[in-house]
Amino acid sequence: MRPVNLRPETLRGIDEVITHYPQKRSAALPLLHLVQEDQGYISGEATEWIAKKLGLQPINIHELVTFYPMFRQKPIGRRHIRVCRTLSCAIMGGYGACAEFQKQFSTGLGGVSPDGEVTIEFVECLASCGTAPVVMIDDVLHEKVDAARARELSQGIKAESGRKAAS
Amino acid sequence: MPAPQERRIIFRHIDEAGYTPDLACYVRNGGYGVLRKAVSRKPEELVDEVKKSGLRGRGGAGFPAGMKFSFVDRKSGKPVYLIVNADESEPGTFKDRHIIHQDPHQLIEGTMIACFANRVECAYIYIRGEFPEGARILERAIAEARAANFVGPNILGSGYGCEIYVHRGAGAYICGEETGLIESLEGKRPYPRIKPPYFPAVLGLYQCPTIVNNVETLCHVKHIADMGGEAYSRIGTPNNTGTRILCVSGHVRRPGYYEFEVGRVTMGQLLNEVCGGPLPGRTFKAVIPGGSSAKVLRFGERYKGKRKVGADMVEYDWGVEDIPMDFDSLAMIGSMGGSGGVIVMDDSVSMVEALANINAFYSHESCGQCTPCREGSLWMKRITARMVRGEARPEDGALLKSVADQIAGRTICAFGEACAWPTQSFIAKFGDEFRGYAEAKKARGSGGAPELV
Repeated sequence: MRPVNLRPETLRGIDEVITHYPQKRSAALPLLHLVQEDQGYISGEATEWIAKKLGLQPINIHELVTFYPMFRQKPIGRRHIRVCRTLSCAIMGGYGACAEFQKQFSTGLGGVSPDGEVTIEFVECLASCGTAPVVMIDDVLHEKVDAARARELSQGIKAESGRKAAS
Repeated sequence: MPAPQERRIIFRHIDEAGYTPDLACYVRNGGYGVLRKAVSRKPEELVDEVKKSGLRGRGGAGFPAGMKFSFVDRKSGKPVYLIVNADESEPGTFKDRHIIHQDPHQLIEGTMIACFANRVECAYIYIRGEFPEGARILERAIAEARAANFVGPNILGSGYGCEIYVHRGAGAYICGEETGLIESLEGKRPYPRIKPPYFPAVLGLYQCPTIVNNVETLCHVKHIADMGGEAYSRIGTPNNTGTRILCVSGHVRRPGYYEFEVGRVTMGQLLNEVCGGPLPGRTFKAVIPGGSSAKVLRFGERYKGKRKVGADMVEYDWGVEDIPMDFDSLAMIGSMGGSGGVIVMDDSVSMVEALANINAFYSHESCGQCTPCREGSLWMKRITARMVRGEARPEDGALLKSVADQIAGRTICAFGEACAWPTQSFIAKFGDEFRGYAEAKKARGSGGAPELV
């Protein structure tokens, strides 16, 4: 098994969260979140590492990674754009917003944009239906995102990456 | 600003200027005073107050909360767990998000009172993965409450102790089903358990007695402990007591969350007076009254029958606008109050396309454990998607109905019903639109309706 290089604070978080449960296996989802936040995705090595940490077989972790939509087995773009696809957002124009994001970054759903900047996904209900259409960019919720607002948000992401490249 | 028809108990401080989610603000507003009093009472008394209150669960099923408490197996000697179901996922529902983000201590206080009443020493808040900020806010709030001795060992010198931990989900709707949630909390795929024997009250988390309550329900417990079950039961209407938060989304002028005494507002008052009516130049076509799995209602249809008012049976003849927004009335007319998510569609929406959108959701979220649901939800999605692609056949409505009819009642959990009801009700109410879809779509050309699939 290859070493999984987790940051010290991730390792501390892992040891802490395991104490929250009378049975270690319960810590599987929290560990997957911590590892994904640290490494960006769940590699095969990470799956084995988590299994070992919790006294489980790798399949016990792998079956979670393949079931729960938020876990991924491949890296994504620098920013993660999740557009709500479900009814309330759709009837208020969510599909238009999603198309605009794809156009802005010349990419389809699920992959990494050619510039490596973003991964765009359609996700199911984000529970903010009253301010539809909504979009999550990384951990932040954006409300009433019509095509024009999607363009603004995209330009913000591009400007920020331009600044990064310049500095 | 709350609408004049509202009565805000749970949402009293939501969107209030200067109200912050920290402990100091909560305590300044009287916070944890109810817990302080509660821990000096007998736990059974508190369970009785909840029973007397008539409180029904706000997560979807509307099950009496006091009865849920009293089902807990206390003879086994096993520890009793309480799980806060903060997996708010039913499309159209967005109330718990605001409690968690803006008033997390209200939830923690309600949870601690429910834990004390049921002698629970360890509680988990299962929060959906898409609320990362909510999870951080709750963790911060729990740490504050622990430091102030409202959570943790020997709460307020009572000798009673209880821990609360936040547990994040990872994007699966089925985790809102309580036994699926328990499996998920045990670190497994969230396949719902079969009942009997796996009633959470007896064989729940780690095969121990477990109470699973919705976020809003637990907030109500705090107010019941405060005012007493008797006084609470006078709010709302008989068998539909208290207040409840309705979330309105879709085609109205003022979508949002509103809290009313249960049954004191009709659908018409809600949509026309509180939410400002349809968008300019539009008319209401359909409304889903309790989250996307609730059966759709068609504007213009009438509901007739007899209902109990006090001791008498009286006739009723209602349009959609006349339906009181309570559990019993919505069940009586063939739908449900569910999770309180009201989704409004106007005449710009094609019902075939709306159903295709809903079917894509349920097909994505079926856990795959039971064949009728796994396959049926997929077929319903494929048929409606094919219709929208331009290959609709006149018999598709009947085909869809036959698939839906073979799911409901044949699955381990209620997801089978949840995914069948939209199709069954859309076909029953808008069958003409399904039959004429191919021509209507051709006549409409591109544009003129929101893209839904």
